[in-house]
Amino acid sequence: MRRMSWFNITSLTLGFAFLYLPMLILIIFSFNESKLVTVWAGFSTKWYGELLSNGAFLDAAWVTLKVAFLSSTMATVLGTMAAIVMVRSGRFAGRTLFSGMIYAPMVMPEVITGLSLLLLFISLNVDRGVMTIVLAHTTFSMCYVSVVVSSRLVSFDQSLEEAALDLGCSPFQAFRLVTLPIIAPAVISGWLLAFTLSLDDLVIASFTAGPSATTLPMKIWSSVRLGVSPEINALSTLMILIVTVGVVGASLINKRNVVRQRREEAAAAKLA
Amino acid sequence: MRRLLIAIPFVWLLALFIVPFLIVFKISLSDLAVAIPPYTPTLDPADGWAGFKHFLSQLDWENYVWLTEDALYWKAYLSSLKIAVISTLLTLLVGYPIAYGMARAPEEWRAMLFMLVILPFWTSFLIRVYSWMGILSQEGYLNQFLLWIGAINEPLVILNTNIAVYIGIVYTYLPFMILPIYAALEKLDISLLEAAEDLGCSRFSAFWLVTVPLSKQGIVAGSFLVFIPTIGEFVIPSLLGGSRTLMIGKVLWEEFFSNRDWPVASAVAVVLLLILIIPIVLFQRNEQKQREAGK
Amino acid sequence: MALDVFAPWNDPDAKPLIQFKNVSKRFGDFTAIDDLTVDIFEREFFALLGPSGCGKTTMMRMLAGFETPTEGNILLAGQDIAPVPPNKRAVNMMFQSYALFPHLSIWDNIAFGLKRDKMPKDQIAARVEEMLRLTRMEKFASRKPHQVSGGQRQRVALARSLAKAPKLLLLDEPLGALDKKLRQDTQFELMDIQEKTGTTFVIVTHDQEEAMTVASRVAVMDHGQIVQVATPDVIYEAPNSTYVADFIGEVNLMKGKADPQGDSLQMHWAEGQPAVVGSPLAGASKGQDVHYAIRPEKVSISAEKPVDAANAVQGKVLDIAYLGNISTYHVELAGGQIIKAQAANNRRISRRAFTWEDQVWLSWTATAGVFLER
Repeated sequence: MRRMSWFNITSLTLGFAFLYLPMLILIIFSFNESKLVTVWAGFSTKWYGELLSNGAFLDAAWVTLKVAFLSSTMATVLGTMAAIVMVRSGRFAGRTLFSGMIYAPMVMPEVITGLSLLLLFISLNVDRGVMTIVLAHTTFSMCYVSVVVSSRLVSFDQSLEEAALDLGCSPFQAFRLVTLPIIAPAVISGWLLAFTLSLDDLVIASFTAGPSATTLPMKIWSSVRLGVSPEINALSTLMILIVTVGVVGASLINKRNVVRQRREEAAAAKLA
Repeated sequence: MRRLLIAIPFVWLLALFIVPFLIVFKISLSDLAVAIPPYTPTLDPADGWAGFKHFLSQLDWENYVWLTEDALYWKAYLSSLKIAVISTLLTLLVGYPIAYGMARAPEEWRAMLFMLVILPFWTSFLIRVYSWMGILSQEGYLNQFLLWIGAINEPLVILNTNIAVYIGIVYTYLPFMILPIYAALEKLDISLLEAAEDLGCSRFSAFWLVTVPLSKQGIVAGSFLVFIPTIGEFVIPSLLGGSRTLMIGKVLWEEFFSNRDWPVASAVAVVLLLILIIPIVLFQRNEQKQREAGK
Repeated sequence: MALDVFAPWNDPDAKPLIQFKNVSKRFGDFTAIDDLTVDIFEREFFALLGPSGCGKTTMMRMLAGFETPTEGNILLAGQDIAPVPPNKRAVNMMFQSYALFPHLSIWDNIAFGLKRDKMPKDQIAARVEEMLRLTRMEKFASRKPHQVSGGQRQRVALARSLAKAPKLLLLDEPLGALDKKLRQDTQFELMDIQEKTGTTFVIVTHDQEEAMTVASRVAVMDHGQIVQVATPDVIYEAPNSTYVADFIGEVNLMKGKADPQGDSLQMHWAEGQPAVVGSPLAGASKGQDVHYAIRPEKVSISAEKPVDAANAVQGKVLDIAYLGNISTYHVELAGGQIIKAQAANNRRISRRAFTWEDQVWLSWTATAGVFLER
């Protein structure tokens, strides 16, 4: 292996500085005493206090979590079904349309998805609120779930399912007892992805939410349009923190499992 | 059992993805009206067949004609394309060295670097765009820094210009560029470069003649992943761009929420979709090629 | 012949456990199984042997219920099994990849099929323990499949497929993933277990040595058809075609014109070479094209012309393959035909009798080889 060249070290350093400095600055200035966000006036956590006593933010956060939880759960069920159809069902009438409908929502501009769903809800005379956001989020995030799950299903050893049938399972039992536990990590990552997509979405929620529901991104949007605010800095810091802990934690657990499995396999091979 | 499995997601997507489009298309052929909903004609099933025929006769292509007549719209389409092309190239320029550095990093670092690239993807898009507002504003951190080191005497105007939009797009879409290029470069066998040098290439020409062609698929995939969503981008031009930043996603939003002209907004959406079909089909073809090559 | 020899296929009254009746299986344009008829008897260890793509795996998957025949019937104990789904068949399969459930312990893997039968808990436990004992895996019951070695995984897969006491056990290349030494040990273990449990085994393999070792009968397959079904010794000593002779072990093949001579057959195969003499081939007429197959170990090599050998030819040593216990000599005859002869190395290599370019005599008896029509 060649040693890393200075060019590579420099490009990595600059690249990651570019990726992380803005968020770092945001975090640092969330502890700024001053209302003027660009001038440092000493350390303080008062903006966190103001944030947590701001009922509108808390309400919006609650709505967002509700929407994210419901839509990601529905998207996981639908997306997993779609993945099984894509990988296992062979040919059927409408297959091309089906795979088109799975891929299209992922490349569709959010403004179009949002607009079209809003017009649908209006023409059906549906009261807009939490439920319409959930339906909208489920629709686009189920496609992401199905991509994640089907990439796992493709590499799934089908003889495991055949073995389950051979040992007396009905096809549904074989799925529940064998396939699902094995592809569970992919299903869980699909759920997490759908959950984050829903938490993150501003545009589609703005279109499909009625006056009765405001999500956190919508709330953030309406206040940052007017400029930088220390409360939003504090909120951003909390959100970055939660995601970082979650992602780093998940990848550490995953890494530990992989290492353990490798070690056990090596030990088993030596045993023979 | 199998039929039910296919039917549930199929019907769901049909009802919440295809049908809404048909509605958008239909409204794009309608006229603006002071009513609820704010367009005419509307279809009333009670009128029966005659009512349906009357309804059809009321639809026309007026809004599309309007899109070609008013300079705002075609300028916005062109400007979106221009911004998307420029920012895709910039992202490639920034992203390639990072992906290259990652692929050449010691093996035990790579998982960690990979996670560092993914991590911003999980954090809120809105917050990542927002974080640049404080940096780029007139009294922002960048200007403070440049004034402090004496590089400038007057604060630069960056926020609310197209430059801020480019920065925002490069920043938020960088992971989409890095990951496919990294995937292509990581597979690249070092001995190919050694063979090229052994056969008389300089370091640079080995890079140009071996590394770049072999990472072409990654470059193409990454570029599409940046280019396609950028065209319809709304949040970045609204927060970082100025009143003179024209992007079609923003125009559509304003047409809908501020002007409440639903038929024109729908027509804007239909045309945007038609423009997007070309890069989407090209992207799909590239993916297909990659999948087949992988087999 | 002793009466207790196990040979139900020679007994006209024996009822076969499995009958393939004119079975064909096509996948689109491709014919995997072509009008195949064969009987397999209870307690048999039946091997399907052939190169990849010969249809042996398709036959096994039709028995397991993962494929249905395009034409013909498959009967299990006299019943047509086509309408029975795989989970309702008294047939179990051991998969080539073992297909052990990675998320379940070895104990739970073995119990998996029993639980589907809603067997009482204590009976399940007893049966699992029995299977663990049979395969000597008691110590590893609580481990996950990835925590045991390849050979142990193979035994777990066997235990799991035997746990339900199937009428028929299918084994798909069961030893393919093991290294050579382990494979040989495991072959005997398989035979032992088959004998203890009295289950009918059908094994699919491309390894002729494995088929010969374990099976009571071997079916040699080619292009969706069974070329020959017979006991291993018959397959080896009396192949019915050059395909079978060539597929099993090493063989010298010669081609010539038949010349029946009373109770023997001669074959003229080259100008200036003596005719090959052997046992007659039924129905062979004078001048007909025939093949002659002779195994290298039945050909003797000597410096002088042997006195009373039925067949003797002269040639020069072209190549010697030293394999330790034996050496194979490649001897080129005057016409260019190369005959392989094997000799045991009961002397040290330095004192070997023949070397490259030596003129030698090859000889064999009249019953050493066989004449074949095709």
